[in-house]
Amino acid sequence: MQCQECGKRPATLHFTKIVNGEKAELHICESCAREKGELIPGTSSGFSIHNLLSGLLDFETPNPMAKQPAAKCETCGMTYAQFSKIGRFGCSHCYKQFSERLDPLLKRVHGNTVHVGKVPKRAGGRLKTKREIDRLKKEMQGRIEREDFETAAQLRDRIRELENEMSG
Amino acid sequence: MAKRKYVKQALSQWMNGVGPDSEVVISSRVRIARNIRNMPFPLMADPSRSLSVMEQLLGVAESGRLNGLGKIEQIRLTDLTELEKLVLVEKHLISPNLANDSRNGALILSPNEDISVMINEEDHLRIQCLSSGFQVHEAWDAASKIDDIFEEQVDYAFDEKHGYLTSCPTNVGTGIRVSVMMHLPALVMTGQINRILSAVTQVGLAVRGLYGEGSEATGNLFQVSNQITLGQSEQEIIENLFQVARQMIEHEKSARSKLLTESRLRVEDRVRRSFGILSQAIIMDSKEASQRLSDIRLGVHLGLLPEVNELVLNELLVSTQPGFLQMTFGEAMSPEDRDRSRAELIRSRLATIS
Repeated sequence: MQCQECGKRPATLHFTKIVNGEKAELHICESCAREKGELIPGTSSGFSIHNLLSGLLDFETPNPMAKQPAAKCETCGMTYAQFSKIGRFGCSHCYKQFSERLDPLLKRVHGNTVHVGKVPKRAGGRLKTKREIDRLKKEMQGRIEREDFETAAQLRDRIRELENEMSG
Repeated sequence: MAKRKYVKQALSQWMNGVGPDSEVVISSRVRIARNIRNMPFPLMADPSRSLSVMEQLLGVAESGRLNGLGKIEQIRLTDLTELEKLVLVEKHLISPNLANDSRNGALILSPNEDISVMINEEDHLRIQCLSSGFQVHEAWDAASKIDDIFEEQVDYAFDEKHGYLTSCPTNVGTGIRVSVMMHLPALVMTGQINRILSAVTQVGLAVRGLYGEGSEATGNLFQVSNQITLGQSEQEIIENLFQVARQMIEHEKSARSKLLTESRLRVEDRVRRSFGILSQAIIMDSKEASQRLSDIRLGVHLGLLPEVNELVLNELLVSTQPGFLQMTFGEAMSPEDRDRSRAELIRSRLATIS
């Protein structure tokens, strides 16, 4: 992959920025990253590749250059700074609270971010229904596009049934 | 109060040394970490919350759902003395973590001591199954069954994406840690160990000393375990560890037979010297004890010490630890007292068989 900036050198740095839920990917070479350093949000003029990488990779050494948003778990009160220091979550809600920062960390520790193993039977029942609903919704969309409204209506009813089952 | 057998006897039944490949693998272990939905993890739980977690989980044992295990013990950590807790750590029945911070901590123990369930350790629930020799699949089956029993009663903290949610991000996903405790003296003697250990760590496994995280590998005992818990199924994790451990066992066995054919006299001399020292010494520190016991263990498996039984060695492995020595010879001993008592214990134990 070529650098998006100069188009000459190979891109050696790959960033994913998430701003207000919108994802943007950036693939650049090291020298363009150096030049553009000041333009990357959240960094001061003292930006360096090293700071950026340590901020991305090492969750235990908070990057002093990056501004820490006031991340605090609403349920147990654990702050992200606390988590970084002790390396343990305070409750299961922390996983949601710190989710944006979590995946790079999990990727580093496990090389993966998605569970594929055992599923508890009870929660698993819900999970199965949820997956079935997703599948039916997709099929319904297809039927609507093909103007097969009769089948789409049947699918809609079935989805409602399953949704009621889940909430019931 | 008379001491219960789980603190009185050094040897748990699962350490009887009869499992498969027991000449190399002392024991296999599977641990499963679980938490209750909508309850803060023990780290952040106030006393009333952690008490209610303990009561809910002990309730599962109380309800008789664990009946298949036989007559189980329910032990609240506050009912134990510091020394008793240390002994349980030395028997691998609880973690040092639970022993040190046991506010509303509890333990459910099967009669054979092969299943121990810790409550309010780092996670609400830690199910641990231990077995003799190389039996990781069997240990997983047993642990998974106990997991199912708890799950019938308890809503687990589970997330579609991240799986079972645990306090430490290194356990999230499956929440399982599989480990085998191996005795690898021939790989150490022949200088192959570092190469093998670095290969092992490159395939996502970790190597530690006898008592887990942060402990040194003394007496040529190594604990190999999985690092990754997310993105691989339990079967993949276990199979990976099984295959790697299998190869380590084969390497160790072939190094042993090579030692025997190429330098039999030297090995026999070393084994017999260690036996002599252990049978006669007046002072024995723990490091020397574990090294000499390692020599003897090797000698037993090479057929060089027919008079010694492996069971005695497994017992000494535990009973020469500081907690057990104090349990046997009286509490609050100085390190010098311990070294003398350790020597005495080993001498008397070996005297009965030689």
